[in-house]
Amino acid sequence: MIRRREARRGGLGALAAVLLVLPFVLPNTYYLNVAILAGLNAIACIGLNLLIGYAGQISLGHAAFFGIGAYVSAILTAGQGWPPVLALLAALVLNGALAFAVARPILRLRGHYLAMATLGLGIIVAIVLAQEVRLTGGPDGMPVPPLVLLGWSPPGEAAWYGIVAVLLWIAAWLSLNLARSPIGRALAALNASEIAAATAGVDVARHKSLVFVLSALYASLAGSLFAHYAGFITPAKAGFLQSVELVTMVVLGGMASTFGAVVGAAILTALPQIFATFHEYETIALGAILMGIMIFLPRGLVPSLARLAGRR
Amino acid sequence: MLETFLQFLFSGITAGAIYALVALGFTLIYNASHVINFAQGEFVMIGGMATVFLADAGWPIWAAAPLAVLLAVAVGVALERLAIAPAREASTVSLIVITIGASILLRGLAQLVWDRNFHTLAPFSGEEPIRVLGASILPQSLWVLGGSLLAVLALGWFFGRTLLGKAVIATAHNRLAAELMGIETRHVMTLCFALSALLGALGGVLITPITLTSYDAGVMLGLKGFSAAILGGMGSATGAVVGGLLLGVVEAMGAGFLSSAYKDAIAFVLILVVLVAVPRGLMGARGAERV
Amino acid sequence: MSLLEVQSLSKTFGGVAAVAEVSFELEAGHVHSVIGPNGAGKTTLFNLIAGAVRPSGGKVRLDGADITGLAPHVLAERGIGRSFQTPQIFAAMSVAENVMVGRHLRLDRRLLPSLLGMPAVDRANRAARERAQLLLDQVGLGQEADRPAGGLAYGAMKRLEIARALAGDPRLLLLDEPAAGLNPTETAEITALIQAIAAAGVTVVLVEHDMRLVMAVSDHIIVLDSGRKLADGTAAAIRADPAVIAAYLGQAQ
Ligand SMILES: Nc1ncnc2c1ncn2[C@@H]1O[C@H](COP(=O)(O)OP(=O)(O)O)[C@@H](O)[C@H]1O
Ligand SMILES: [Mg+2]
Repeated sequence: MIRRREARRGGLGALAAVLLVLPFVLPNTYYLNVAILAGLNAIACIGLNLLIGYAGQISLGHAAFFGIGAYVSAILTAGQGWPPVLALLAALVLNGALAFAVARPILRLRGHYLAMATLGLGIIVAIVLAQEVRLTGGPDGMPVPPLVLLGWSPPGEAAWYGIVAVLLWIAAWLSLNLARSPIGRALAALNASEIAAATAGVDVARHKSLVFVLSALYASLAGSLFAHYAGFITPAKAGFLQSVELVTMVVLGGMASTFGAVVGAAILTALPQIFATFHEYETIALGAILMGIMIFLPRGLVPSLARLAGRR
Repeated sequence: MLETFLQFLFSGITAGAIYALVALGFTLIYNASHVINFAQGEFVMIGGMATVFLADAGWPIWAAAPLAVLLAVAVGVALERLAIAPAREASTVSLIVITIGASILLRGLAQLVWDRNFHTLAPFSGEEPIRVLGASILPQSLWVLGGSLLAVLALGWFFGRTLLGKAVIATAHNRLAAELMGIETRHVMTLCFALSALLGALGGVLITPITLTSYDAGVMLGLKGFSAAILGGMGSATGAVVGGLLLGVVEAMGAGFLSSAYKDAIAFVLILVVLVAVPRGLMGARGAERV
Repeated sequence: MSLLEVQSLSKTFGGVAAVAEVSFELEAGHVHSVIGPNGAGKTTLFNLIAGAVRPSGGKVRLDGADITGLAPHVLAERGIGRSFQTPQIFAAMSVAENVMVGRHLRLDRRLLPSLLGMPAVDRANRAARERAQLLLDQVGLGQEADRPAGGLAYGAMKRLEIARALAGDPRLLLLDEPAAGLNPTETAEITALIQAIAAAGVTVVLVEHDMRLVMAVSDHIIVLDSGRKLADGTAAAIRADPAVIAAYLGQAQ
């Protein structure tokens, strides 16, 4: 316990240090841009890890919440002239309500059936976003006005980096706090054995709903910020491949590891950029790396490496 | 009214037959190894694309199609030997990520070896529609239905009548017991991946003249096949066929009578409704787990 | 008044009656045993009482209140704890954390303080950890507290389940074959443990095949056979019951 608390503090310290140093070692704004995108994915993945990693409930449709966050922010600011922060909060409320509404019926399902249901839900959302052309601009996407916080708009990549870095750190902090609280233990318990958790007094359905809503909120926040940062969004951001990418980040970094989710997001966001110069081979390399890591380090990067380090 | 209905029914059954083949592929692999193979759609893509490119290179269809199927089978075997077998100990989600990685890899290879364009294939027996009760059927649809039916019957014969087929079933039921009986379960796994690739590629060859194909044609077909397998109840072969046909028909009816823009969404709404009502699919195993 | 009242309780699985019209009453503070051959319906009976399985018919009352068909976590809140025939431990957690989950209902479970890592949560965790240590000491696993629970031996897992159930301060504790797979020394320890639990005022129901253990600790025995109640009475009365001897004890000896 004590050791683990220290590991958590150390991890948060290390994360802060990396986030602080990164902008100074990145050679130019292009890399800063990649770092911002990685950070936004990492926020979504920290949330998804609560659901998949800790509670053991797969979601193959999580990009839907990211997409809804992005589109609600876009539509309310561009179409209705709402202040971006208010739009972002509205997106959180809407996503939270949606997640809450579907959580109970869907999270009764297990394993592959749950994967199917979340996948279906995600695809339905992506299709709606692509088809409601008048509202969303359809498959071609829609422009999004810049972010404004209390009259201040982040002037460039550096300011954006700052915002994302702070939010990412907070996201990780909240997730780690939750993990070691009675709620976090209840999630890990129902992951291992639902009947044993319930017998110990854990309201399984309630905890599943709770973590599903939380993870949807993380994705919503990331989506809203992404919309403002990128200035343009398309329904593909809510689609199946995007959902798969989020899951892949979580699993690659290591299940039930908050820092793993961050590492996975960073790697999978950066990789395609690195291979972009050999465009032809980009997807091949991505596929091969995914398979390689999962075959040789099936627990994901961070837990596997931590184990290796621990053994020395 | 009847004509339109029949028209939608025919096109639904045609699509449904392909979904059923892909769903059967999922079921085979799932039963042998409890792996959900997200690269299943890529077998369909390989079948279609390889046939197209062989045909373009001047091969006759009767030679190009089997060769394309063989290529997919080789890929299926390689996938099992090189990626799934070494990761036997990995968790379900890790295995899912491995097959997702494989599907990304295969799409990348297809782009590189072939291209990023849409391709079509000449229908096997012309394009003159056949009139049935006022509705028209493409001859290629008959190929799809006939081919799928044949595949399903052959599969039924294989599992019901041959020793090898029974070995596969024994392995699916109880791996350890099968091993004790002297069955090489390693080979059974490989066989299931090969068969599953064969089914998918066959579907790809048959459907390409109707729907076009491209390097990423497998994504949606894979999803639909997975949906069909889940709809029927994962692990049940009959369920896979029923789920595939049902999905195809509902989709075609929905697209025709409700909204073509929401064609794909209708399929997934159907699945959500079914899963909420019957959490293990229409024909899935019943009964709660024991403690 | 009796603590638990079971009335014509039944459960059928696809036509097979696992538990059929079983009725009995459990007096508070006593140790009760349910015995019967494999497949008699003992585990199903536990599942019905603890809410893991919904009855097909009949009633269960706890302290006079109808609790038939309530969810397991609600029954836990009402004071029913249990262990499982095949251990259902949380393998990836430490031994102590397993027991801390058992304390779930007594801890601060509000979302916001948990997210913010407020001192109240830390305090609750510390208290739960201390309590877990006491219980682990009691079941003889004090040394293993920080080990991963998945690495425990079978018998240790069964004892861990008892500690986890005790962490919820149950009034009624259902133990499903706690001595299965234990050697004679460990069985003696379990016997003492059960007696200690009962002495602390917890009503215990035991499913067990080890007749020496059953006879040593039980105030009251219920005999099941093929889902039906064959007999029900004190250890001495059960031992003398010809129907029981024919159906069960007869084969065992
Ligand atoms: N979840 C279940 N589904 C189907 N049958 C079950 C289930 N649980 C128990 N049974 C059946 O109920 C009967 C009683 O089983 P059980 O309660 O485990 O007996 P015991 O614990 O006395 O050995 C057995 O015939 C068993 O096969
Ligand atoms: Mg039993």
